[in-house]
Amino acid sequence: MEWDEPGIILSLRPYGEADAIANVLTPEHGAHRGLARGALSRRGAATWQPGNAIQVRWVGRLADQLGTYGAELVHPAAALAMENRLALAQLAAACAVADGALPEREAHPAVFEGLLRLVAGIPAGALGPAALIRWEALLLAELGYGLDLSRCAVSGETQGLAWVSPRTGRAVSDAAAGIWKEKLLRLPPLLLPDSGEEGTRADWRDGLRLTGHFLARDAFGIHHRPLPQPRLALYDLIEKLAGENDGG
Amino acid sequence: MGGPEVERLIALLAKLPGMGPRSARRAALRMLAEPETRMLPLAAALSEAARTVSACSTCGNLDTRNPCMVCADNARDRSLVCVVETVSDLWALERTHTHHGLYHVLGATLSALGGVTPADIDLSLLLRRLDGTVREIILALPATVDGAATTHWLTEKLAASGIAVTRLAHGVPIGGSLDILDDGTLATALKARRPVE
Repeated sequence: MEWDEPGIILSLRPYGEADAIANVLTPEHGAHRGLARGALSRRGAATWQPGNAIQVRWVGRLADQLGTYGAELVHPAAALAMENRLALAQLAAACAVADGALPEREAHPAVFEGLLRLVAGIPAGALGPAALIRWEALLLAELGYGLDLSRCAVSGETQGLAWVSPRTGRAVSDAAAGIWKEKLLRLPPLLLPDSGEEGTRADWRDGLRLTGHFLARDAFGIHHRPLPQPRLALYDLIEKLAGENDGG
Repeated sequence: MGGPEVERLIALLAKLPGMGPRSARRAALRMLAEPETRMLPLAAALSEAARTVSACSTCGNLDTRNPCMVCADNARDRSLVCVVETVSDLWALERTHTHHGLYHVLGATLSALGGVTPADIDLSLLLRRLDGTVREIILALPATVDGAATTHWLTEKLAASGIAVTRLAHGVPIGGSLDILDDGTLATALKARRPVE
């Protein structure tokens, strides 16, 4: 059996000296593992970096075997992001979240397309953390843990939504939040339906805290795993940037 | 085949980097064919190295002396410290004869899959060396996502010291033709272009 698809490298686990077990996100086969021969060798290492967009070819005798991967580099996102700390942190966080949260071999084309847009945009700086936050919200929805941000859970209003219940994931308007604000999560405008806003650093921090809460509780929590380290590191970096902004 | 002693020898050799059962068997047979000239000198060298080589308490290099020959060399520029991931990287840089400063072996890079977090990398030795004589730290870490993440993390950690922090350039290898280079290296090289001297 074999198939050929576009893919994004999510993670690599060394296997022997020069090979690796690669987890590649593809539109039709989802997060799919395979043996990437020579992935850690001098020739293969530039292609097999997490975050790189590739054209991947999988070959296996049976569909449920691990199989082997061959790849051609399409977009060297990892190399392009290395210079910029924020871009690298976003790329590493997105790959680590997808690697840990997506079930194996379950197609999620929308998640793939969202991640592909992120990967393509990160090096050029076209897409900032707002796109990553929206992609995480999409990932939650695809996994069945979607947030309901269309109207207020208390009053039914569609305007003035500023908070989210950490228990139900439903939006709450500022007026209805009342004394419960301290217990609610801030809803940055960039996460509202049809919002194309880039947002401020404080919005990025609030957005990452919001999606991070539900990723940790639902997507990772059900597997008794914490959020991956790169995702935690990205939050720390954004929080620091937001703090600098507040200070300035 | 050959008794348990030979099997044990092959099994131990097969665990070395670059060796597998087949190459271990070939090496063992070659040594057994000429024990006086190949096997006994190797055994003596292995025993001697195991007895005398240790990690340098200053930089982490492997040497028979402590501090190592690099750290003990007074002719070296003590204001330059090059941070590398492994001893193998240190030896690779030494082979170039272009770095005349000192080294620091980090021992690991941050790795999400490997479970290496900032808490797992001990920076105390490096920070202790920043006593005022060091004016530049060169971060010579791998050009991988993990290596780059570690470079950014170290840069932040060292910012408070006020010491200049630089990193190795990424670009076209000597003898490399552009059309066979991977897109990532080529794009990075283009971004890091500089005026012709």
